[in-house]
Amino acid sequence: MALVPSRPLEWGSAPHPGSVARGGPCAPRRSLAGALCAPSLALPAMVVAMFVLGVVHVRAQASRIISIIPATTEMLFAMGAGDRLLAAGSYDRYPPEVERLPRVGALIDPNIERILALRPDLVVMYDTQTELKRQLERARIPIYSYTHRGLADITETIRSLGARVGVQAGANALATRIERQLADVRARVAKSPRPKTLLVFGRDRGSLRNIDASGGLGFLHDMLVTAGGADVLGDIRRQSVAMTTEMLLARAPEVIIELKYGRSDTAAEADLHVWDALPSVPAVRNKRVYVLQGEEFVVPGPRVVLATERFARTLHPDLFK
Amino acid sequence: MRRRFVVTVTAFGALTVLTCLVAPLVGSTPIRLSQVFNRTLSFADNVDAQVFFISRLPRVVAAAIVGSGLSLSGVVFQALLRNPLASSDTLGVAAGATLGAILAITFHLDIAIAGVSVVPLASFAGSLGALAIVYGLSMARRRGTSSTMLLLAGIAVAALLAAVGRFVQYLGDLTETFRTMQWLMGSLDVGSYAPIVAALVPMTIAFTGFATLPRVLDLISMGEEAAEARGVNVERTERIALVSASMATGAAVSLGGPVLFVGIIVPHLVRLIVGADHRLVLPASALFGASFLIVCDLIARTAFAPVELPVGIITAMIGGPFFLWLLFRRVH
Repeated sequence: MALVPSRPLEWGSAPHPGSVARGGPCAPRRSLAGALCAPSLALPAMVVAMFVLGVVHVRAQASRIISIIPATTEMLFAMGAGDRLLAAGSYDRYPPEVERLPRVGALIDPNIERILALRPDLVVMYDTQTELKRQLERARIPIYSYTHRGLADITETIRSLGARVGVQAGANALATRIERQLADVRARVAKSPRPKTLLVFGRDRGSLRNIDASGGLGFLHDMLVTAGGADVLGDIRRQSVAMTTEMLLARAPEVIIELKYGRSDTAAEADLHVWDALPSVPAVRNKRVYVLQGEEFVVPGPRVVLATERFARTLHPDLFK
Repeated sequence: MRRRFVVTVTAFGALTVLTCLVAPLVGSTPIRLSQVFNRTLSFADNVDAQVFFISRLPRVVAAAIVGSGLSLSGVVFQALLRNPLASSDTLGVAAGATLGAILAITFHLDIAIAGVSVVPLASFAGSLGALAIVYGLSMARRRGTSSTMLLLAGIAVAALLAAVGRFVQYLGDLTETFRTMQWLMGSLDVGSYAPIVAALVPMTIAFTGFATLPRVLDLISMGEEAAEARGVNVERTERIALVSASMATGAAVSLGGPVLFVGIIVPHLVRLIVGADHRLVLPASALFGASFLIVCDLIARTAFAPVELPVGIITAMIGGPFFLWLLFRRVH
């Protein structure tokens, strides 16, 4: 036990050599860990050896990372830790290098067997994945779990993830760059009037039914405000608001932006005519209903700068000629 | 009997007319009636008129159609299967409609036909698919199956369709699952008259079918042999009843989503008030179902304004306790 350096107990602490040896990972009750115990016997031995050799910083580094959330995968690539990724989530599509990685499920269907089989030394996941968290803890695999709410959380996550993985310099530079670029956009639109804007991220094709719009919480709202828009639903402290035609008429947005992501949607522009059913809405009357397509609008990662700039161009076309 | 019929229809009719008149005037945005009909303003500039004619009126009409359609099919399924718990979903019709909608959402069948998005069309097609299975079952039933068998087979079909729906949902990604969940909660904010007109076609056929049923349903609910002894063509009646009830359910679910509790609660409420005679229960359920859903939708859109609640939550939260109260009041 003397070999184990003292360290704070936390989510995602490294495999604990002492306790692994004591309990024996092959105990039949631990079925998942048991299924993998033969190959993973090497791991505690290696860790012990590393501590003996004095490589005590091993915990602060992670070289076999699995990230199953698109945002964190993008962050890891952008901070320069992409080559340490063993696998990614099913919906991770950016940057292009991610295509070569094996997939291990996503937010609601993580494939725990494949994750364990890859023997990661860090699994980056979302905070609501409690079942996965529990199973990885039982298998003594360190985790980094995170949640995202606002725009500020993105750079905060980049810094803390960078520190956890061991690429502080790259992560800090990335976070600082994002903050500076966002500040640039903010400064550029600062003197312009802020149009009352509605951000729509879901609607039935061909009708104004089941409209989902961004409320006054979350990174979409923050990006809109940074880009010089006034969120027409800003007073509703929710990430998403089920919008009705009555609310649309009452709130009278001056700009409506429909966000599309996932599959490229060529018919989206043509579908904008359904808004003509509400001619008193200023955005409709002044022909300021737009479609913006791109995954950067759904992934709260490093590309938020790109998304924010696209918002700013749409809201203030005269400033970005 | 004629007098009771007139009294019942007048009373429930008055209630429906009253809710239809009041509901469009109430909402999260205050509007003035004088402004709504102000001819000096063009429609494009008249926000009050747009709130009234684009948001609220279609909504109230949709609630009336969905409410009466689901209530009537509830009455018919309960009489036909001689089971007080039967409703639109008992024979898998609503499950079929739901499956159709899930398929359309998950596989991005994102086209619109004549102002109606494909999701309601697919959901109506799903209910017709389920109807085909039900129809096949009713044919098989002629070869010696009982109404209990039909009921059990219907529940099996519903469970199967629901499982297929969940499987398809599992294949979809998060946004699709979210949209499916939203659809499952039901919404009457139809936004235009096109979906209403589209739903009125099958609904009219169904209502014509229902109109032939009152007397024979009374006889059938006493038992098939008794009905046949009195000269009822049970087989033909059952077909008409099944097809009409399925059409009504399909049209209602495709218009407003599965607001299913209505189909159980309204028929029983009406029976507690007017008795078991289908000549009274059918028209009264149609009228009461309409006003019940209009009121529930009114509460759904005003209780937490400006945010709205899904109407299905309100039908269950208001309807459940009200139903229990009526039930126990009657016992004492």
